[in-house]
Amino acid sequence: MAVKVMIPTPLRQYAGKRESIDLEAKTVGEALTSLTSQFGELKRHLYSDEGKLRSFVNVYVNDEDIRYLQHEKTAVRQGDTITIVPSIAGGRE
Amino acid sequence: MPTQVKETRTSGAPAPLSKQEVLRYSRHLIMPEVGMDGQLKLKNAKVLLVGSGGLGAPLGLYLAAAGVGRLGIVDFDAVDFTNLQRQVTFGTSDVGRKKLEAARERLANLNPEIRIDTYETRLTSENALEIIREYDIVADGTDNFPTRYLVNDACVLLGKPNVYGSIFRFEGQASIFGYPGGPCYRCLYPEPPPPGLVPSCAEGGVLGVLPGIIGCIQAMETLKLILNNGDPLVGRLLLFDALRMRFRELKLRKNPDCPVCGARRTITELIDYAEFCGIRGEEKEAVVSSQIPEMTPRELKSRLERGDDLFILDVREPHEYQICNLRGHLIPLGDLPRRVSELDSSREIVAHCRSGKRSADAVQFLKTAGFSKVWNLKGGILAWSDEVDPSVPKY
Repeated sequence: MAVKVMIPTPLRQYAGKRESIDLEAKTVGEALTSLTSQFGELKRHLYSDEGKLRSFVNVYVNDEDIRYLQHEKTAVRQGDTITIVPSIAGGRE
Repeated sequence: MPTQVKETRTSGAPAPLSKQEVLRYSRHLIMPEVGMDGQLKLKNAKVLLVGSGGLGAPLGLYLAAAGVGRLGIVDFDAVDFTNLQRQVTFGTSDVGRKKLEAARERLANLNPEIRIDTYETRLTSENALEIIREYDIVADGTDNFPTRYLVNDACVLLGKPNVYGSIFRFEGQASIFGYPGGPCYRCLYPEPPPPGLVPSCAEGGVLGVLPGIIGCIQAMETLKLILNNGDPLVGRLLLFDALRMRFRELKLRKNPDCPVCGARRTITELIDYAEFCGIRGEEKEAVVSSQIPEMTPRELKSRLERGDDLFILDVREPHEYQICNLRGHLIPLGDLPRRVSELDSSREIVAHCRSGKRSADAVQFLKTAGFSKVWNLKGGILAWSDEVDPSVPKY
């Protein structure tokens, strides 16, 4: 399935400065694996040393949080958008 | 401890509006969604602003203008020149003044009918409950993870809604946390990123209007909560991309296992948030400076004057080089691994950045790569400007 992965601003520097990446995947996990194999530096920002998705990075399929779907096993369909949303703290600055 | 300013009006039972106030709030009063009832709700509302910077500026201005009867502001900073690009509460003549003083003056001038309480302190686990308890709603305009989690937990423990906004460069997020039945910040992000994975100043910066937009969204949601009108931004995370001029909305769910608002909560009082976020600033800096060989700006200057052969390596970004430079060889920190062959390990290398943090990483990297004669310029180009050449602009 062709899906689009949206890269948030803070992580774009590790993804060739791209805003989004189009790739082929059947599940969210497959899409993220394909993404991190293309952009090695992204891996430590998305996954802990134990290989778990980091708790300050949320992943959505369309507008739904994968933690409330089937996590990384969540299936994706043609045309779905996967969005990575890390926590950002700025404001008072 | 909180420094309370003089009350301009005592709170209590809903007082009817004065003739002056009717005129002032006329554009609210003539719309049925606000009307006299709504305006009295605003007048009797108490909102706490945590931070009076980029997000706090529009929040303070619009909530004061709208007639929110009591505004509390927590801040401890002074106004500096770099604030003026986005913190529209302050003017050039305010530079150097306490933000609280300048903000109070500005807001009181905008609306003398409201009461403004200022708290010149950092919000901490010791004072947060005491300060927040006084208010109906908290608007979070802070800029760091420890305070974000502190505000969240304190609001959940006290049952107060927390109108959240956050910005990064040209992207923003907004939501309402801690609303009855709704999710909290920890439901969204159970833990903060470790300090090493937070973007450094090289990736910082913010388009000046962005906090204006996100702060205005927070102000609007605050007014809606007070008026109890419309659909509040609860259970939804609003994402805003200013460059694409696009808003998106993601679903936010209450996490049943949330440590602070879930059924089996483990956090029942405020904790040490610096520790929780892995931040112990001073200690960390001490470790860095003891392991990295450093050169002060004055030493560098005298060695250059002596005619020593020093190679100056600038590890900032090209757009920073354009602001000011020491005519060093530019290799941004991120490019260093792949461009390391441009460097001659037989020469003495002095690496610098803006403040000395990125160049410390560069020196560390070069030492690991086998370079033995490398120094970090202590305090970066900022210290160079302070100690050697004041004509170099600081940014």
